Amino acid sequence: MTDSFEPQILAFCCKYCAYAAADLAGSMRLKYPDNIKLIQVPCTGRVDIIHILRAIEDGADGVYVAGCLEGECHFLEGNFKARRRVKYVKDTLEELGIEPERVEMYNLSSAMGPRFAEIANEMAEKIKKLGPTPVKS
Amino acid sequence: MIVADRKPLGELLDMVKDCKKIMVLGCKGCVTVCNVGGVKEVEVLASSIKIARKKDGNPIEVVEKTIERQCDPEYIELVKGEVNAFDAVLSMACGVGPQFLAEAYEDQTFYPAVDTKFFGGAVQHGIWEERCAGCGTCLIHYFGTLCPIARCSKSLIHGPCGGSANSVCEIDSDIECIWDTVVRKKMEQGRLDDLRQVRTPKDWRTARDGGPRKRKREELIS
Repeated sequence: MTDSFEPQILAFCCKYCAYAAADLAGSMRLKYPDNIKLIQVPCTGRVDIIHILRAIEDGADGVYVAGCLEGECHFLEGNFKARRRVKYVKDTLEELGIEPERVEMYNLSSAMGPRFAEIANEMAEKIKKLGPTPVKS
Repeated sequence: MIVADRKPLGELLDMVKDCKKIMVLGCKGCVTVCNVGGVKEVEVLASSIKIARKKDGNPIEVVEKTIERQCDPEYIELVKGEVNAFDAVLSMACGVGPQFLAEAYEDQTFYPAVDTKFFGGAVQHGIWEERCAGCGTCLIHYFGTLCPIARCSKSLIHGPCGGSANSVCEIDSDIECIWDTVVRKKMEQGRLDDLRQVRTPKDWRTARDGGPRKRKREELIS
């Protein structure tokens, strides 16, 4: 691992919370790492196991799913489904000898711009410490 | 339906460790319904294998395909032009699938990617329970439409045994004592006398005790 390592991180963001929070973070001029690529989803319940696995397969150093606070999903339980799927992927990675911490689930609301930036920084720091993905494209 | 579980990834990776190009073949029958070997699960397994092999610096080509059923020769026939192009084929069907494939394509190596478990149903999404043992002579109507062959740990026809306590089987506190349920149901229905009837012993020759089974329906054979 070198100091120049800039991780490629993918974030699946629910349009009702995390994606709106990212907008707010932008309006508030809060800085977060620019190597985090956001994918807007209508609900984190839309994120399937295969979407996360494909990202890892294609060389993402880290992937996270950011959904509404528990109990506040617009589709009632999409974020709970996402959490279970993230857990499945973590277990799969562990079985394959890859650090499960490369995949995470977060919950926040659309009003939490600073929290969005904090999560992005936290994830980027964590992946930097873990180093580049062992899955070489 | 037939309920199965995917084998651990380590075991599957070991099966294909010397392969460079494999096919993961799913089945749209029972294993799709129990979320083990359908289109989605084929994608997930293929991706997991590719991740593991990329990590080891030994990439593998994985082709995904899912056919209607792997327990009918007419569907097995559909992969005729393809199967021999791979170093091995991982079948995600129940134990029937890889055997039908191997009988049809003798030169190819087929591996079972799932462990076939039992005949059952989904009591809720994500939870399956055994309901039938395929014993060949159904008796459930004598026992309140509850199968003691499949659902009693000892397959007792005259239960419950002494291992029944608080409606639970002594084997595991997660296992309901089905005989307790049978007796309670009959009592509630006022039909406890049904259980006092003396019946001839069950003919176990129709179950596995009679050896491998075969059905022949003359009206269907062409």
